[in-house]
Order: sequence, then structure tokens, then C-alpha cells
Amino acid sequence: MTALATHLGFEFKIGLRNPSALLLNYLFPLAFYGLMGMVMTKIYPGFTQVLIPAMVIFATMSSAVLGLASPQVELREAGVFRSYKINGVPALAILGLPTLTSALHILIVSAIITVTAPALFGGASPTNWGAFLLVTLAVVFTYSALGALIGVISANSRATVLWSQLIFLPSMLLGGLMVPLSALPASILPVSKLLPTAYATQAYQGLAFGQPTVMSPPGSLALLLASGVLAFGLAVYLFNWDSRNSTRRGHPLLALLVLLPYVLGIFLG
Amino acid sequence: MGENVISVQDFRKVYGQTVAVAGISFAVGRGEIFGLLGPNGAGKTSTLECLEGIRRVDGGRLDILGIDPGRDARRLPRLIGVQLQSSGLPGTITVNEAICFFCAYHRVAPRYDLLDRLGLAEKRGSQYLQLSTGQQRRLALALAIAHRPAVVILDEPTAGLDVGSRAELHALMEELKREGTSILLATHDMAEAEKMADRVAILLRGKIAAEGTPRELTAAGSGFTKVSVHSEADVLFQNGHAFPGVSRHMVQDENAIYFSTDPGPTVSAILDYLQARQDKLVDLRVERPFLEERFLEITQEGNGGNGGHCLAEHAYAALNGGMADGGVK
Repeated sequence: MTALATHLGFEFKIGLRNPSALLLNYLFPLAFYGLMGMVMTKIYPGFTQVLIPAMVIFATMSSAVLGLASPQVELREAGVFRSYKINGVPALAILGLPTLTSALHILIVSAIITVTAPALFGGASPTNWGAFLLVTLAVVFTYSALGALIGVISANSRATVLWSQLIFLPSMLLGGLMVPLSALPASILPVSKLLPTAYATQAYQGLAFGQPTVMSPPGSLALLLASGVLAFGLAVYLFNWDSRNSTRRGHPLLALLVLLPYVLGIFLG
Repeated sequence: MGENVISVQDFRKVYGQTVAVAGISFAVGRGEIFGLLGPNGAGKTSTLECLEGIRRVDGGRLDILGIDPGRDARRLPRLIGVQLQSSGLPGTITVNEAICFFCAYHRVAPRYDLLDRLGLAEKRGSQYLQLSTGQQRRLALALAIAHRPAVVILDEPTAGLDVGSRAELHALMEELKREGTSILLATHDMAEAEKMADRVAILLRGKIAAEGTPRELTAAGSGFTKVSVHSEADVLFQNGHAFPGVSRHMVQDENAIYFSTDPGPTVSAILDYLQARQDKLVDLRVERPFLEERFLEITQEGNGGNGGHCLAEHAYAALNGGMADGGVK
């Protein structure tokens, strides 16, 4: 327990000490939140209704999808995981603790956004705070697990960026963050439903803000969580201590199984 | 050396079509320092990594303190300490955090005493990336021995260290040995191996080309002992006399140098020769063969070269600053 607490404390401090981590955990999401609050709410006043969930999801993607995977690849490449293995650090701690500390950073930023958005930009507050907390925890867990999975399957930092952007950019455009899912053409909706962001926005809107949705909010939350559990399980299964190791437990393409709940979501409607 | 703590029997490691280690066997006793020598690509790191449990064994049997690293690697961390050749630490971790972090996983109190001992006390707050190469290696060593393991594996521990740090590290290794710790030392530094190791094995193309104490290995070579003689009248400079055991001789600076396979009779005969010619001896030095010379011979033989005398003399010349004066006669 002492070892895990020491490890957790160290990982948390890294998030504040490392300039890249600090940027992706705090500066980038908060600056984007400020910009969107000032500009987007003026261009599209209805955006105030989704400002808080949209910015919380954005902060989560920034910290977990963009910020969690690259350091993992760099540490593995530098032989740090080998050193950890030799010294008895379990794989679960290597994957789980950065995920947990990333979640802590995200929760801090989410709290800042949630508290300040109504006063600064007229953002709508949640109508059900319990549901808001529940959905936020599910969102943070799922994206952090996805970030961990990307770190595990990426052969190098370039691949990490590629995989991360494959989730990040479509999520921004088609996931309901900038444009509500209800406003997207019907032909685009199946593509949107392959993105975790679509389920996150639907769960927030339906469960925490009492707004109309195009998908079942509890169903969206369930599929989102299922994807998170699957992502973390796959990350643990595919985890590799050493980039030079010629043998690994499964092919990296197994990671695509993480899309199963979302494919199910397309058929469930 | 008593019971063996490391046993390697017919060990093989293969990468695709490449055989990195082709069935080697050796053992390390309790409290022994065992040197693993060899040129790059000889199979040293593969052997160490399989012993450390971070790489799969493709054949043979490995045993560390009764544990098979390939099957039960989880039990190893408490029993062995490893200093890797590469960094093995995140760049932003501080020295203090590193010692706390690793000691916590080994369930021992943080060993700040080691930081003092290894000259890192003033660097406690520094991040790993801010340390010099020597400081990084000293920290890696501190982390490897912090939990007082029974077996320590060191991969090039003194590479990049200054003279003072090397001496301190060697003193620490001696101390560990006195406490009964066994050390498996992979190094390119022949002087270090000769000074520190009780026994060494020279790996060549995945096989053990030679094994024994440094003295045994050097004695088993072409066996040149270097006898340097400086006399007042330099009568030896004109000497065409063949002293017993001497196969070649040369003149270097003010010294007549003889390469002998049997130094006792050689020295005796030289002294008799000087006395008979009433030349006064100024300086006489007898240097046994170096491990480095034997290592070069073995690697040369293994690579199909002629090895032997020329190589031995070349090694001496290189170590003594060349054969500019006089050359080999």
C-alpha cells in the first residue's frame, strides 16, 4: 500500500512538473474553455446549454487521450518499464496509477469549469448533480482507459499521435461537442456513434441536464462504461514491458475490440 | 566460494534466425564477483536480461537462488538488484523520489545513506535528467543495492565515471562482497575485471571462449611477462644474447624490454649477465601479462586471426605508448 501511495504521489507530481503534461492537463483545456466561453456562446447562444459537459469532455480528451499515451510510450522506449519490472513494480500499477492521476487532474479542471461557467459565460448548471458526477466519473474512466490502451499498442510516439487524433478530431466535429447530435445529418449519425464522445454527450444531456437526446441516456452511459472496461482490460492484456521484446500476448489490432459497444450502439439506435 | 547462487546450464537465446547465446554454462558462488567479458554482440546483455527475468529463455536452464527467472520472475526483485546499462528512470523523477519509490516497492526504508555514500547527497532535489552521466550511474547503483539483495547484477557500472567515483564504486563492491553479496559484473573494462573479479568468463559469439580467475586466464595465454631493465652502461642494448624464456626483446627509452614465458630464469640470467660485465643495475621491473592482452588474444583467435606474439606485443606497445624507440628487434 505504501508503495502504491508513493507511486501515486509521484505520478501526480509528474503531471504538474512536466511541461507537456501541465499543458495538456491544465493550460490547453482551460484556455480552450475560456475561448469557447467567450466566442462560441456569442456566435451560438444555445451553446451555453452544453458548455459545461462539452468542456469537461474536451478537458478529459486533452488530458487522457492526448496526454496519457505519449509518456507511456516514451517510458517504455527508454527502458523504464524494464527497470520497473526488475524492481517489482506491477504492470497494473504502471497502467492504473497514471490513469488514476490523470483522472485526478481532469476532475480538478472539471470542477473549475463547472463552478466558473455559469458565472463567467452563463453556462447552464446540471439539474441533477449526482448524475453529473456519475457521468463525469464514467467519462474520465473511459477516456483514461482509452489513453492507456493507445499507449500500450503504439509502437512509437508518432503512432500515439495518429491514434489519439483519430479519436480527438472526429470527436470534436462529429461527437456532439460543437454541434449537437440532433443537428447532424442522419447519414453521419452512425459514424458519430462509433465515437465515445457521442455517448458521453448524450448521457450528460439526458441524465445530468434534463435535455432532450437522440439516444437513450442510460443506454449511452452503459455503453460508455462497457467500452471503458473493455479498453482497460485490453490495455492490461496487451501490455508490453519492453519495446524490444519479440513476444507479446496479443496482436495490437485486438485493441479494435474496444469499438464493440459502439457498434452495438449503432444497431440499438 | 561455497554454494552457487547463480547457475547457468547450456543456456541458449535466439532472436529469429540469429543465435545470440549458443549453450553456455557457468556458475557464481556466494560472495563471489564474477566478470562477464566480451566484445559487443557477444551475448552478455542477452544473458543478463534472461537472468533478470525480462527476456524469454530459449534453451537450457537458469537458476538464481533456487528461482527459475523464466518461470518465476515475480519472486526475483526481492532477491536481486540490477543496475541496467540504460537509464531506467523517468527524466523528471528527483533523486529523493527515486530512492523512496524503489525502496517502497522493495518494502524497505529509504536508503538515504547510500546517496551520501555515493556523493549524491547534494543532488537529492535534482531531477534525473539534470544529473551528469556519472551521477546517473551512481544513482542506478544506489537503487540496485538499496534493498540489500543477495545477488547484484551490474551492467557496465563504471562507464562514464571519473576516477574518484570509480574508486568509490569499487570500494562499495568490495564491501558488498565482504557482506556475502554475489556480484555478476558485465564490463568492457579489463582493468576493472582484473582488479575486481574473482573469476571471469569471456564470451565470444555466444559461447564461452575462456573461463577462470584473471590470473589463470592470463597464464593460459601466450604467457608473456614483461621484464624491463635499465642499467648504467646499457650493455643490454648491444646484447644479442638469448636469455632463457625470452622470445623477443626491444629497446624503449632507457630500458631493455624482454617478453618472457619463464620470467624467473630470465631475470636470473639477465642479472648474471650484467654482473659479468660489471654493469650496474638501475631499475628492474617485472610485469605479469594483463587480462586485456589475453582478452585480445582470445577474441582474435575466435575471429580467425593469428593472435599470439605480434598481438601480445601490440597490446603491450599500446599500453606503454607505442614502440617508437627501437621497435621490435
